[in-house]
Amino acid sequence: MANKQSEKPTFTKQELIERVHNAVGGKKKEAILLVDTFFEMIKESLASGQTVKLSSFGIFEVRDKKARPGRNPQTKERITIAPRRVVVFRPSQVLRDRINGKKRRRRR
Amino acid sequence: MNRMTKSQIIEELATKLGIPKTKATLVVNTILDSMIEALEDERRIEIRGFGSIRIKHYDSYTGRNPSTGEKVKVPPKKLPVFKVGKMLRDMLNERVRKSRK
Repeated sequence: MANKQSEKPTFTKQELIERVHNAVGGKKKEAILLVDTFFEMIKESLASGQTVKLSSFGIFEVRDKKARPGRNPQTKERITIAPRRVVVFRPSQVLRDRINGKKRRRRR
Repeated sequence: MNRMTKSQIIEELATKLGIPKTKATLVVNTILDSMIEALEDERRIEIRGFGSIRIKHYDSYTGRNPSTGEKVKVPPKKLPVFKVGKMLRDMLNERVRKSRK
């Protein structure tokens, strides 16, 4: 996918696996399993409707969207957009501050 | 339980893979710290099947304090934006459809 705002390379699962591998040692295969299982568990929780709270990082939450009328932008035909579930991410204050280059701030 | 926390993920990861809790803690913290660093660096994160997170830039604007009505200048800021991956989106909606049968 196009990376409009920066030329910086995308951070992928591959790189994440390397970081975990460096941290825990052992076989690369194990690092792959660890990272995959981590995301698998989060996906399963969200799929079952659970909120996932990762302190210091943020909260992943499932929201139900009702059916709503829409239009096919190409044909302008009226259609009904089916009810669906979406995931909303709310970044923690720590993450927001770090992204904006602020030092950790005490917040209640 | 309607909420899964970091410590529960650590517990479950340890049980599931038969590894010590200290190791599971290290793994989860390494994953989260690496992702925070990448975002600090304004890199986009993409985890296939789960989703992607990119940094969105917001310009400064004049807002109002909702309780006093006072004008306040909101400085420009950056926020992470999550977009759900196809596999997770399908997992969520498959169950919605099933439960509506």
